[in-house]
Amino acid sequence: MPAAIQCRDLRKTYDGKVEAVRGLSLEIQAGECFGLLGPNGAGKTTTIEILEGLIEPTSGQVTILGHTWQKNSREVREWLGISLQETRLSEKLTVRETIELFASFYREPRSSDEVLDDLQLGEKADAMVGKLSGGQRQRLAVATALVGNPRILFLDEPTTGLDPQSRRQLWDLIRNFQRGGGTVLLTTHYMDEAERLCDRLAIVDHGEVIAEGTPSDLIDRLGGHHVVEFEASGNSADGTALAAWRALPGVESVRHDDGLVSLTVREPHLTIPALLDAVGKHGSQLLHLTTRQASLEDVFVNLTGRHLREQ
Amino acid sequence: MKSSMSVAERTGITPTRLPAPRNGRWSAFTHLVMVRMKELKREPEVVFWVYGFPLLLALGLGIAFRNKPADVTSIAIVNGAGAQEALTLIERSPQKSLIRAEMLDKPSALKGFRVGKYDLVVESDGKGGFQYLYDPARPESVLSRAEVDDALQVAAGRKNPLPTSAVISNEPGSRYIDFLIPGLIGMNLMNSGMWSIGFALVDMRQRKLLKRFVATPMRKSDFLLALASGRLVLMITEVGLLLGFGALIFHIRVLGSPLSILVLSAIGAVGFAGMGLLTASRAQKIESVSGLINLIMMPMWIFSGVFFSYERFPLVIHPFIKALPLTALNDALRATILEGAPLTAQAGRLLILMLWGGLSFLLALRWFRWT
Repeated sequence: MPAAIQCRDLRKTYDGKVEAVRGLSLEIQAGECFGLLGPNGAGKTTTIEILEGLIEPTSGQVTILGHTWQKNSREVREWLGISLQETRLSEKLTVRETIELFASFYREPRSSDEVLDDLQLGEKADAMVGKLSGGQRQRLAVATALVGNPRILFLDEPTTGLDPQSRRQLWDLIRNFQRGGGTVLLTTHYMDEAERLCDRLAIVDHGEVIAEGTPSDLIDRLGGHHVVEFEASGNSADGTALAAWRALPGVESVRHDDGLVSLTVREPHLTIPALLDAVGKHGSQLLHLTTRQASLEDVFVNLTGRHLREQ
Repeated sequence: MKSSMSVAERTGITPTRLPAPRNGRWSAFTHLVMVRMKELKREPEVVFWVYGFPLLLALGLGIAFRNKPADVTSIAIVNGAGAQEALTLIERSPQKSLIRAEMLDKPSALKGFRVGKYDLVVESDGKGGFQYLYDPARPESVLSRAEVDDALQVAAGRKNPLPTSAVISNEPGSRYIDFLIPGLIGMNLMNSGMWSIGFALVDMRQRKLLKRFVATPMRKSDFLLALASGRLVLMITEVGLLLGFGALIFHIRVLGSPLSILVLSAIGAVGFAGMGLLTASRAQKIESVSGLINLIMMPMWIFSGVFFSYERFPLVIHPFIKALPLTALNDALRATILEGAPLTAQAGRLLILMLWGGLSFLLALRWFRWT
């Protein structure tokens, strides 16, 4: 059985100079929920739109369920449900009219009523799109993607700008689709979304995949699952001090950010007493100390030295 | 049951689901047309600009340029010798209903003439005759002099050596409103073709809706066909309304057959829709397409004989004016509506319209950006 989505050495150069995508390869299996995680401007949208057949790559190949865009585009379109990053649907149509319009484009769509129910839009079926809240609009956008009865769902930043409740509703929807055998490819810059929703992820930066794997794999690769963050008086973040922190038992890596030192740690119960000792011997005082589970954010910072959000 | 199970298996949702509908070849097209009609209906300002505005324009211009009663000229007769005689002569003349004369002293007469209250001052010349004070730069003054002189001479007993007579013509068919209504129909077909297509497309591009549509299996040709069909449906009501209005309010006589008017309007509507498509083929912003549409339509508003005949422009530029699509449409509409000319007699004009529309459409297909 061919991969649901496959691309090899994808490149996209705009106007001969801006390299948005630089040699990106992915293979996504049927039934998987795969995430492209990366900061804004990393090339996620360009990548997903090339896979969706909306942008021509400068070079590289794409196959969807074993078919290429060049040969079978109309057929392939029947299998895909797409939600773009920002589509403003016609405000003067009702929710039902919008869904029925999109349903009319597919050979064998799902019934509009069913999709309305699935997306909890039943009550709003006769409301004008212009009167919907942000969360409802986003659900409608996903409804237009689902009504074609797709095998693969592409979602570009599906929860950006949504309140926590609407985000959770969308996550449920995506899981339901996947449970029904569907394949999902989504882009996001929210680590929590990627962590909870995706079976596998590719972390994308400057148009390249810099790491790929399951969320727990990626975190495992940090070496430790815990992060100890502290701030101490005196020069706790200079070179010699950092070397001293690195030498503490159980520490896998050290980085610092504005006086705040973060240690990636395997066993916090060994590291923390040693850390307290060391701070005392150093003659300085602890100003702040927290411990937490390592996240994809730490993976990204570890790989790039930058935070996801500060782009 | 079996078929609903297979759908359920594929999508994995409980088998209580309804049987999936199957769409035929034209389902996308019919939905696109329906949606377009609904959207237009729900935009009251669109309804006004498409239907209300041209009617108001026709009404306003029709009233402004309706056939007025003949102008009456006001003259001053300076008090003194011969004044009473002049007044009596004018009242005896055949033109008496067209001349309103007042007797007053010279300073008041001159003042009234200066401010335009009187078109002419008549004064005795002291030798048994009269002299006229008039301003050759004021057309009404020149007319008044001729009129009054004629009145006085005839009343005084002049015999005309050549018998002449005049017939008044204000029959339907030759009035300004008869000229205007077909022009307004043509202009309206151009305006709504360019705006409704150009504006709608750029708006949808700006909202990424075009991109969203091409991300589905929708055929692009169905989408364009639906836009054109929407135009045709509106065209029928636009043309019908303006013609009906002209016939009802201004008693315009429509001599052409409804079928030829319809065919002609359809060719015009689709032609301008093609030009709208071309204008909108690349523009990313409403502002840029608005400028472009105005730029294209402006010369045609002026040259194509909507409000006044292009015969007034120098003869050298007539070939260019006649090559404009709106000129071809207006000329053809006038010939069909007012003179009942058959379409076969207007092949040249139809060809011009179809060339503009067809070439625009082909170029638009080459350049059109869906994203």
